[in-house]
Amino acid sequence: MQRTTREEGWRAKEVHLRELLLGGLAGDNPAYQAFLRELSSHLRAFLRKRLARLPDEVEDLVQESLIAVHNQRHTYDPGQPLSAWVQAIARYKLIDLLRRRAGQDLLNEPLDDEADFFSTSDAEAAEARRDLNKLLDKLPDQHRLPIIHTKLDGLSVQEAAKLTGMSESAIKVGVHRGLKALAAKIRGGT
Amino acid sequence: MKTDDLISLLATGVGAVEPHAVERRYAKAIGGGTIGALALMLSMLNIRPDLAEAVRLPMFWLKIGFVASLVAASLFAALRLSRPGARLDWIPGVIAAPVLIMWAIAIFTLIQADPAQRSGLFLGSTWSVCPFLIALISVPVFVAAMWAMKGLAPTRLRFAGFAAGLFSGATAALVYCLHCPEIEAPFIGFWYLLGMLIPAGVGAVLGRVLLRW
Repeated sequence: MQRTTREEGWRAKEVHLRELLLGGLAGDNPAYQAFLRELSSHLRAFLRKRLARLPDEVEDLVQESLIAVHNQRHTYDPGQPLSAWVQAIARYKLIDLLRRRAGQDLLNEPLDDEADFFSTSDAEAAEARRDLNKLLDKLPDQHRLPIIHTKLDGLSVQEAAKLTGMSESAIKVGVHRGLKALAAKIRGGT
Repeated sequence: MKTDDLISLLATGVGAVEPHAVERRYAKAIGGGTIGALALMLSMLNIRPDLAEAVRLPMFWLKIGFVASLVAASLFAALRLSRPGARLDWIPGVIAAPVLIMWAIAIFTLIQADPAQRSGLFLGSTWSVCPFLIALISVPVFVAAMWAMKGLAPTRLRFAGFAAGLFSGATAALVYCLHCPEIEAPFIGFWYLLGMLIPAGVGAVLGRVLLRW
């Protein structure tokens, strides 16, 4: 009985989050923001459970995974379970981290059902170790300025292009590459 | 920056995502790669002069069917492996099926043939160059397929590299069919397959490095 209730719970969650993401992919920014916010809780729970021995890494990896989900959002196939997609990304980033840390013994976690992903969530964010603002400052101008103008100051691509003298496509490319570089900096330390 | 601030940053000013981005990216790669492979083939080799007669032979079409079904099956595999969490389901079977069918025809051909002719059926007249030419022609497609995959999100890098490599090998083999005079099943089932497996193997090895994101 309890099992069915739990199952219904994550199914409803899956449907709900999928709607938010599909809305976001169609251009609905508030839906997209809500999607990322709710997703971050699930990512945190998922990663905290698996990084029990590296609690300081959890929030960094949550942020890295969020950037990965954002940068690769065009690879989500609406016909595919969202939990499988998200979990594959989180697991990829997790394994990447463990490889880098050569903590091979941590890999011996039992693999669990992907349906389980939305059954836990953890909204309480610890402080990330690396300050993204400081990392942002270290990016080269052609990445940093597009992010600052379009993402932090809320300008449109067109306005940002006019302000910086860059072309509109350079702004778009700069944002995309810059977010990637940012993820790499979270991963690589200072 | 807190995670909540990162989320606002990510969600600010994003527009709609073009639907079918994965398919579109592959379409570009396939177009560019195939043109490159054709150009490379024509710069080194000629189109077989008896092509008009060859197209009347059923064995010619069996060969084309074998190679084309591997092109399709490896493309399906590459598309799936470019998306995180997508399942392969029946795809390995679809890749294996044309190979097994070609092997069955090859064995049947060899059993039926006069023992003195068997080595000729297997070696043809071009066995020593066929796999290498296929591997060489596959290079433009290989680069294009790796580019396509790299911009997506493969999570099983070895399999993904293998599928992209097999796709480039099979596409190259299809182009090579315009030149290749060989038509016997024992030859196709071994030397063609070997030629396609070279880029597939290279892809599996390089995938872990080239496809990381």
